[in-house]
Amino acid sequence: MSQNDVDKYLNSDGLDSSREKDIGQHIGYRYDVNLVPDMDRCSPFLLKYMGKMGWADLNWLEDVHMGYEEGKPAVFDRNINGWVQVPEDITLPDNQQDRDMIARELLIKFQMSKSHPMVDLVKAYKKF
Amino acid sequence: MAGVEHKSHDMGLHTEQLSGRTQQRFFSASEEENFTYPWANEVDFDKTADFDAMDMDPTGINLKIRELLEQGYGTITIKNPRAKHGVGVGVLNRANITFEGSLGYFGCGLIDGPNVRITGRVGWSCAENMMAGTVVIDKNAGSTFGAAIRGGDLVCRGDVGSRTGIDQKGGTIIVGGRTGAFSGFMMQRGRMVICGDAGKNLGDSMYDGTIYVGGEVEDLGVDCVPGEMTDTDLKWLTAKLSMYDIAPACGFENMKKFVSGKQLWNYDNLEPSEKKLVL
Repeated sequence: MSQNDVDKYLNSDGLDSSREKDIGQHIGYRYDVNLVPDMDRCSPFLLKYMGKMGWADLNWLEDVHMGYEEGKPAVFDRNINGWVQVPEDITLPDNQQDRDMIARELLIKFQMSKSHPMVDLVKAYKKF
Repeated sequence: MAGVEHKSHDMGLHTEQLSGRTQQRFFSASEEENFTYPWANEVDFDKTADFDAMDMDPTGINLKIRELLEQGYGTITIKNPRAKHGVGVGVLNRANITFEGSLGYFGCGLIDGPNVRITGRVGWSCAENMMAGTVVIDKNAGSTFGAAIRGGDLVCRGDVGSRTGIDQKGGTIIVGGRTGAFSGFMMQRGRMVICGDAGKNLGDSMYDGTIYVGGEVEDLGVDCVPGEMTDTDLKWLTAKLSMYDIAPACGFENMKKFVSGKQLWNYDNLEPSEKKLVL
């Protein structure tokens, strides 16, 4: 996927091959999982997060990208195994690198929120 | 996608929702800044503690680490771990942890956040299922180094055994020396950087992800193909390895990149003749 078709999954269903058309589902990731982050584009929030954790770069957030779910921009949260849709009032940049930074920031805010579903799971199942 | 008819609908195969699961509730983009999990202990990196693990069993060592984190110690040193197995596992907290010595099997598995340094060696499956943080091993590591790792940086300054990063699902594995056979086996995403040589069947059956190699590759596994090194790759490699004072002998610009050929995607649905072509 090139930088040029960054809106591909917003403007189409992303079904290219005959196989995808047969099954009615896109095969593979809806973003370039191998795109390494451009650290020059880090937001102040992410820089503060890295400092708090004692990391010199994005660490696990390098694997977080903005994806597209049900025709809307979204970020995948591994802790709930589901997509979190990006709020509609956030304007999407025209390139994947900046979109990925937004996705990372939103995911941190979601995962560290006291209203994240994991909080209830921890209360119910924490063993130690 | 609404209104589009597919063959699978005609065949009655769509009793199951194929698209992913979406969460819209719970989320507010304007929530106050909070950088740690709500259940994590608030620790201070300047508050240090150390203990001698010579006569402790692995459970005792892990409970002691947990106890110190609960007390707010952010920098913990464990002396004499004596290659005990399953030590330093399940730490879901930011912290700086140093093991002065070697760890046995499954050291530092299932961690989410800490920065760990091991001054000696590690056995099989170090940092298995690691989620976030950094683990740096000063000497060598055993087989299945970083098995099923999902995030974070896992670094071995020396050589590692076979099946490095088997089933890797994310994160970065860095090997300063050589790696054994079947490294990157069934890799699904993430990045692996091998500064030295790689053994047989590198990246066998890899689904996605990227492997960078500085030395010689004995041979490539099924569906692992050379990729094109980009400027972004080079910039990222230089920055990442410099963080750990590691550099390939060949120079960053001469490193080779390997990716998935993606011929095995949906392998089960291929015709027998197509399978022969892939394999």
